Amino acid sequence: MSSDILLQFCVAGVTYGIIYGVVAIGFTIIYNTTGIINFAQGEFLMIGGMTAVTLHQHAPLPVAILGAVVITMLVGAAIEVLFIRWLDRPSVLRMIIITIGVSIVIREIALHLWDEKSHALPHFTGNSVSALTVAGAKISPQVLWVIGVCGAMVLLLSLFFRATPLGRQMRACASNRDAARLCGINARNMVTLSFVLSAGMGALAGCVVSPITYVQYDSGAGLAIKGFTAAILGGLGSTAGAAAGGLILGLLESFGVWLLPAAYKDAVAIAVMLGVLFLRPSGIFGSAEAARLREY
Amino acid sequence: MAARGRGFGFTAGLAAAIVLVQIAASSAHKVFYLTQLTMAAYAMLVVLGLALLMGYAGQASMGQAGFFAIGGYVAAFLTTFNLGPRRDTLLVSLLAHAHLLVTRPDGSGGSVTHVQPWAAALFAITLAAAIAWLIAGPVFRLRGHYLAMATLGFGIIVHRIFLGSSYFGAADGISDVPALALLPGFAITGRAASRVSNYYAAWGLVLLTLWMLTNLIGSRIGRALRAIHGSENAAAAVGIPIARFKTQVFVLAAVLAAVAGVLLTHYNGGIGPSDASVMKSVRYVAIVAVGGMANLRGALAMGTVLTFLSLRGYFGSFDDLVFGGILLAMMLFAPEGLVGGAIWRRLRSMFSGKRRGDDRTGA
Amino acid sequence: MMRKVTILSVCAALLAALPAAAAETIKIGAILAVTGPAAFLGAPESKTLEMLAAQVNAAGGIKGMKVELVIKDSAGDAEKALSLAKQLVEEDKVFAVLGPSTSGESMKIKQYMDENATLLLSCAAAESITTPIMKWVFKTPQNDANAARWIFTDMKKKGLKKIGVLASNSGFGKAGQAQLEKLAPEFGIEIAISETYAKDEVDLDAVVTKLKAKDVQAVVNWSIEPAQAKVPVSIRKMGWNVPIYQSHGFGNIKYADACGPASEGILFPAGRLLVVDVLPDTHPQKALLMKYKKDYEEATKEAPSTFGGHAYDAFTLLAKAIEVGGLDKEKARAALEGLTGFVGTAGIFNFSATDHNGLGMDAFELLTVNKNCKFVLAQ
Repeated sequence: MSSDILLQFCVAGVTYGIIYGVVAIGFTIIYNTTGIINFAQGEFLMIGGMTAVTLHQHAPLPVAILGAVVITMLVGAAIEVLFIRWLDRPSVLRMIIITIGVSIVIREIALHLWDEKSHALPHFTGNSVSALTVAGAKISPQVLWVIGVCGAMVLLLSLFFRATPLGRQMRACASNRDAARLCGINARNMVTLSFVLSAGMGALAGCVVSPITYVQYDSGAGLAIKGFTAAILGGLGSTAGAAAGGLILGLLESFGVWLLPAAYKDAVAIAVMLGVLFLRPSGIFGSAEAARLREY
Repeated sequence: MAARGRGFGFTAGLAAAIVLVQIAASSAHKVFYLTQLTMAAYAMLVVLGLALLMGYAGQASMGQAGFFAIGGYVAAFLTTFNLGPRRDTLLVSLLAHAHLLVTRPDGSGGSVTHVQPWAAALFAITLAAAIAWLIAGPVFRLRGHYLAMATLGFGIIVHRIFLGSSYFGAADGISDVPALALLPGFAITGRAASRVSNYYAAWGLVLLTLWMLTNLIGSRIGRALRAIHGSENAAAAVGIPIARFKTQVFVLAAVLAAVAGVLLTHYNGGIGPSDASVMKSVRYVAIVAVGGMANLRGALAMGTVLTFLSLRGYFGSFDDLVFGGILLAMMLFAPEGLVGGAIWRRLRSMFSGKRRGDDRTGA
Repeated sequence: MMRKVTILSVCAALLAALPAAAAETIKIGAILAVTGPAAFLGAPESKTLEMLAAQVNAAGGIKGMKVELVIKDSAGDAEKALSLAKQLVEEDKVFAVLGPSTSGESMKIKQYMDENATLLLSCAAAESITTPIMKWVFKTPQNDANAARWIFTDMKKKGLKKIGVLASNSGFGKAGQAQLEKLAPEFGIEIAISETYAKDEVDLDAVVTKLKAKDVQAVVNWSIEPAQAKVPVSIRKMGWNVPIYQSHGFGNIKYADACGPASEGILFPAGRLLVVDVLPDTHPQKALLMKYKKDYEEATKEAPSTFGGHAYDAFTLLAKAIEVGGLDKEKARAALEGLTGFVGTAGIFNFSATDHNGLGMDAFELLTVNKNCKFVLAQ
């Protein structure tokens, strides 16, 4: 295999990986603050993308994206307030099924609100075939946008968690909710905030990847599964782990296509997930001890 | 025991209802309703197994459609794959010697030699049980989200394998599956002439399963299961072999799903990848949830109604929305199911303005 | 517990007591994938049928009787399609069934329809639906074998010998892939690599790279789903100038839009609906296609695709069969089988006892996309 073919597979893998990684980071934010795996995470990307496409018909692109992010954040808040907030010490099983139910309901509402068609925002710079050459491999400028926007989001997120009072409050909640409450932190609002943040990130990610992946009403579920795989691959609860897990998964998929019939590409991803679950549930970067101590 | 007595009363009542429905349908010349009721019955087999697993043993499984598909696809493959051209190979001649092969015309002028349907059925069910037994170990070392995702992943892999492989018909699935002859004069088939007998066969099987599971729950094993559901550590502390019980229940649920898969495939004359999809698994979970996690009868009653209506296209384009919405509503308001009674207590407490404790949405 | 039993029995009794339908109309059933993974097929088909039924009824109906269209949504699920088929035939007692939208569903129900002596006019493309022939089963889309032949004929003309095939993992893709593999040797063409892809893939760079590594001289992308646009985009983005052929599943201008600049020069066989504007006025299909296009755009505010056209043909064929043969199922069936020279959106139908599809190579034209992202005839 020549070097530029090899590199092209790498570029493809990185493209997939960034997208899975950003979904995984969205999972991680909510998981850290609440211990809930939000199976509706993929739907945030879908809503963001679809809303942006609709708004773009009436407004310039940056306004449309901003609008989509805000609307999706409101949806995230609504989900938390309507479905999660008032539950009384629900079991894990119940929470899983609730978020699955939310994901299905959102998907079907999206089908009837929009339609069954595929949509996409225009490429931010250039068009669908413009490409930059990097060491013999072609990479679309949109992929660079994805890397840039997602990287910026991750950076801002860690700044937020480290340097702002609100962020530190959220981290306190994630570590030990009771102690945080004793310090006067309003745990319920932190939970809502985590949903809002996750939704916003998901929406922005959905907008910036839509020129590559297209969005349609059912694109949420597939992304959620890949995102979850990336999150546990990297170690659930770690943002950096989620990003790394995404990249690793993307590369594994890409080279899987090279080695196996492409028809089994998804089976490779699921096999990776099952492998991680069975062999090392704490993930590559997670600590096995911490995983055991986590309550669920 | 009171539980057994009640069980018998319900079973007898259900049997009576089944007969009543058939008589009503036949006499009103609406025998066609029996078709969808039969299909619903097979879906209920899967649900009963899942109710046992989720409700009593407390283990989530988002991949029951996978076992259903293994049963159905393997049976379909073995009864449609033409072994004629391979007659000279060792395996095929062994099968022929054991009288396990049969030849029939294939509808387009040729003939196809395939495995006897009952042998194929047995093999398919055994395979599903074996796979369940193999993955139970690794799966049950997981907890909570991880367990759910592992079973979900299993369901997806099975779906992808059947979708991707041309041996299993890829996207088209397998059609032209012959009837499954069980007794002289009776076969599992969708033909109009056998409609009534198939209806009774399907619902008879459901009744039998219900009776069997109800007895299981009332027995020592059932108490052990509930102990495991309540607290695994406590159960282990009193000496209950947790891993073994969980595995056994998992395998039982898988077998029930596979049996349903085999029988429904012969009834419908075919199977396709959509029968192995995640949405099907979610529907089974939704039905168990709506009936009440630990309530076999509730799951049976609600499940039959919902599946019947769905098969008739009653929900139109809103089918998935209905199941997803029901799932959500049940989990929010009535986690013990509509028939559990808890929902009424909750409504009362909501109106009486009692303050609930500060919420914790942790696990 | 007895309460539940009573409830069940009451439900059953109520259902049994539903009134039978009135006998003043011609009941035509349709099983379409209006929602679900094949909705891009079923939704335009459903809109087309509703539009047609309204038009026909406004003009007085068929043989003076109004048409009652019963559309059932199978969501692309073959088991549900079978259940709905049984329901339409036995309960609603429809005269005929139009659809289903996908090959998988059609295969599942065709035996039942044939056994129950009710006409089925499928809107799905797989050749195996009408091969081997079943008395009561017909289909309206063109044969994928003929589409493959058009592609290979063009390739042979251009001296392309070593090609790569990408197909979607749907029934349409699989059938097309099989036809391509079967017919390639006839044209002296070698398929060096043949892969399938799923519709929800993030993008298709990896599998396209795999094809590029094999140094093929042309790529055939056989799919009917929106995701097919990702293949030409990947190919051109990588700076790979290989000729791209698509199937008649590309027959929706939105797919070309989705490709953007990558769509220029894509060659594909398709029905003439897509280039009706450049057809000469004397062409037998022109009037019909112009009317369908205009009506569909008015009714739905979107451009028509060839997919909706298959439903159009199914309905108009059935209407003609009833007009010629009357309201007796067997006579209508025989009438349908005897139709020749029938102008439809997909082509001109010539049925016979051995041909229940009725369309030949001439149902297609080789089309391409010009630099303004419009469908035009290929030179």
